[in-house]
Amino acid sequence: MDIFIQQVVSGLATGGIYASLALALVMIYQATDVVNFAQGSMAMFSTYLAWSMLQAGLSYWVAFFATVIIAFVGGVAIERVIIRPVENAPILAIVIVTLGLLVILTSVAGWFYSYIQKPFPSPFPSKPIRIGTVVFGAHDLGAIGVTLVILLLLFLFFRYTTLGLAMRAAAQNPVSSRLCGIRVSWMLGLGWGLAATFGAVAGLMIAPVVFLDPNMMGGIQIYAFAAATVGGFTSPLGAVVGGFLVGITENLVGTYVSVIGTELKLTVALAMIIIVLLVRPSGLFGRTTVRRV
Amino acid sequence: MPDPAETPSKRPALLEAQALEAQYGWTRVLHGVHFAVEAGGITTILGANGAGKTTTLRAVCGMVKTRGEIRFEGRRIDGRATEDIVRLGIAHSPEGRGTFVDLSVEENLRLGAYARRDRAGLAEDYARVYRYFPVLEQRHRQQAGTLSGGEQQMLAVARALMSRPRLLLLDEPSLGLAPLVVREIFRIVRAVNREQGVSVLLVEQNASIALDLADHAYLLETGRVVMSGPADELKKDDAIRRSYLGY
Amino acid sequence: MAYSGSTAAKTERAADRAGNAAAAVFPTRAARAAGLVLLLAIAVALPFTMSGFRTFQFTQVLIYAIALLGLNMLTGYNGQFSLGHGAFYAIGAYTAAIMIDRWSIPYGWTIPTAGVLCLVVGFLFGLPALRLEGLYLALATFSLALAVPQILKYFEHWTGGSQGIVLSKPKPPLGLRLTEDQWIYFLTLAVTVLLFVLAVNLLRGRAGRAIVAVRDNHIAAEAMGVNNALYKTAVFGVSAAYTGVAGALSAIAIAFVAPDSFDVFLSITLLTGIVIGGLATISGAIFGALFIQFVPNWAQDISKAAPWAIFGVFLILFMYAMPRGIAGGLQLLWGRLSRRRTR
Repeated sequence: MDIFIQQVVSGLATGGIYASLALALVMIYQATDVVNFAQGSMAMFSTYLAWSMLQAGLSYWVAFFATVIIAFVGGVAIERVIIRPVENAPILAIVIVTLGLLVILTSVAGWFYSYIQKPFPSPFPSKPIRIGTVVFGAHDLGAIGVTLVILLLLFLFFRYTTLGLAMRAAAQNPVSSRLCGIRVSWMLGLGWGLAATFGAVAGLMIAPVVFLDPNMMGGIQIYAFAAATVGGFTSPLGAVVGGFLVGITENLVGTYVSVIGTELKLTVALAMIIIVLLVRPSGLFGRTTVRRV
Repeated sequence: MPDPAETPSKRPALLEAQALEAQYGWTRVLHGVHFAVEAGGITTILGANGAGKTTTLRAVCGMVKTRGEIRFEGRRIDGRATEDIVRLGIAHSPEGRGTFVDLSVEENLRLGAYARRDRAGLAEDYARVYRYFPVLEQRHRQQAGTLSGGEQQMLAVARALMSRPRLLLLDEPSLGLAPLVVREIFRIVRAVNREQGVSVLLVEQNASIALDLADHAYLLETGRVVMSGPADELKKDDAIRRSYLGY
Repeated sequence: MAYSGSTAAKTERAADRAGNAAAAVFPTRAARAAGLVLLLAIAVALPFTMSGFRTFQFTQVLIYAIALLGLNMLTGYNGQFSLGHGAFYAIGAYTAAIMIDRWSIPYGWTIPTAGVLCLVVGFLFGLPALRLEGLYLALATFSLALAVPQILKYFEHWTGGSQGIVLSKPKPPLGLRLTEDQWIYFLTLAVTVLLFVLAVNLLRGRAGRAIVAVRDNHIAAEAMGVNNALYKTAVFGVSAAYTGVAGALSAIAIAFVAPDSFDVFLSITLLTGIVIGGLATISGAIFGALFIQFVPNWAQDISKAAPWAIFGVFLILFMYAMPRGIAGGLQLLWGRLSRRRTR
């Protein structure tokens, strides 16, 4: 039973990271119908910037917040400068641009920082925390905490601020939004900025566990796809719930099903995607869009 | 036939279009249209399907590629972005209502007021809009997509009013609505025009109700103004009666 | 949605396309036929003017062109997004490899076999795919593509596991005075021409219009008597068959198959190829194939340290300049020129 709880909590921790990246993917998808294949690479690159700052002697939390801010600005800049020229192009053309971005970021990171794995510190103590008879990793609990704080801030922002309302409006109905004086293009930029922020947080939380390397977020992005599929690509709440579900499932299956070693762990994510798509493509919280002919 | 660009009274034109052309891709829809909306008045543009009425309103709001001049309060607005044009004091209730269906009625109204600099009069405006449309106050927390067609049209007009516009553009507000509902909406539009001095440019297929409301009317056929004049005169015109009023 | 453009932009693009479709046809049929004959003549002359390695590269271009034509049928013409066509490529390749290596069947038979096998598999895939639209189909196919190398490694007994299967390059038959590379090139060229002719007949006729109708407005298509389900699954099958044939040819040409050559990047490369080449065009398959074969090499010439970064920049710049792909860009250019002439 103790192992079960441990694995569930550990699953929630990684699940939170999947949830953050999935949230980034869903935010951009909802507003633009585009899946940003470069989301993971952007997160990876942000984490490398944090590493540089730490190497330069900054304290962890200073580097953390600086990275988050830089990621935000970078996300806005990428949307305004790189995505904007193809805003009205066919969807697949925009997808190719994000693929190009993925490849550029990974390659530049590898060139500048080398492909050798680097250790990355966790802000949380390495001593495990004991609650009753169960032992938890402090980093796991910390990661869950950070994820929840971010999600809460996001929820408050979208629900209660005018800017958040404008962003929601711009994503749902850009034409009417323009008629209300909303600068839709800038809302999209902000959306990318926020998405980049979640990605950066995900990267910073996972790097201590899997070590920093240019391909670090590859597997995570696949898990994020699984999370968004399970929860529903049209629902931010779904992305979050999906993330936690995928994390827990991955851990429990890995622990209790012996045939799935670490090699085939990715198979769990793929299996979840296929099963959800066969049974209920729109996911747990997604809505099937009815299109008028 | 009176010159299409002349307004009947001596009041200055709030909105004026000269030699306006508009096209979608390589297809031209408006071929050199002239019209004017006088300050404080209600002007209507009539015409059959495909005449270019909706395109005209879209042109004013910068939603379509245009050539020619459009002036609002003397300043040129053609070629500018939609979100900049509406901030000058123009509100547009578009074809199909344009409701934010996933948001609540109240959020829709909040968005209408998004671009306003003067936050002070906001509470007053909510109250006024709810006075015009009590049903919106009843349903203010409801998801806008679940409102009936008539209620959504009211919401569209209300949202437009929240920005305290000087010019209100209405695109076929009667479309798909029961006659009783249409009469109610038009009654409110007249009240808004009289009480607040909001000028109105109304595009309508329902010629009879439009001519009842408007001061001045233009008739559009395949992208050209073929007739214009005071609404009462057009109502009595034989050609119009037969083709557009049905008797 | 924000990026798909406002109603005005959409209408504008539709009007644009209508104008271009008419203008994209060459001035006369004769000129067009002459152009194709010239192209064929160049293709035949090519291997005699260059080294064995270059010939091999162009063989690979032809192979990619077949695969891209297959994928374009499904994604470009029929609107079903597949991020997993690498799987059919792998099936074709391994079918050929296993037939040659394990059962000593002459390589010539492996090509049609791969085609037929993938036709059936593709058709079967098309059935559950009927329920998935756009993004969801892309996700499903993406997941399958990810699983391919693992599946190949798992069935070691058949596939030779991680080490793969080594084949020998076929010798030119009937004592023809050709090198092995040249022979494979001509074999591939023959198959390519055959498959392209078949595709032109299919896509420019009634079936082609039905396929596109299903993509653009499937409800209206159904109302006009087009059996959506049949067409969609059939296109999946044919598309898979083309890609499978390409895979078989690649196994023969490279004389080696291994699971890691068929990872998700292959599928992404194929998708990149059809977008760069031009969706819903036949010539796009060739442009795309040239791009995915040669541009990575150029990128490496430009920068040894970060070649993929240069490639990524190429991708982005191409999409800025020609969002409808090379074929689309040429159509636009031709349209503008002919419009200027008629003014």
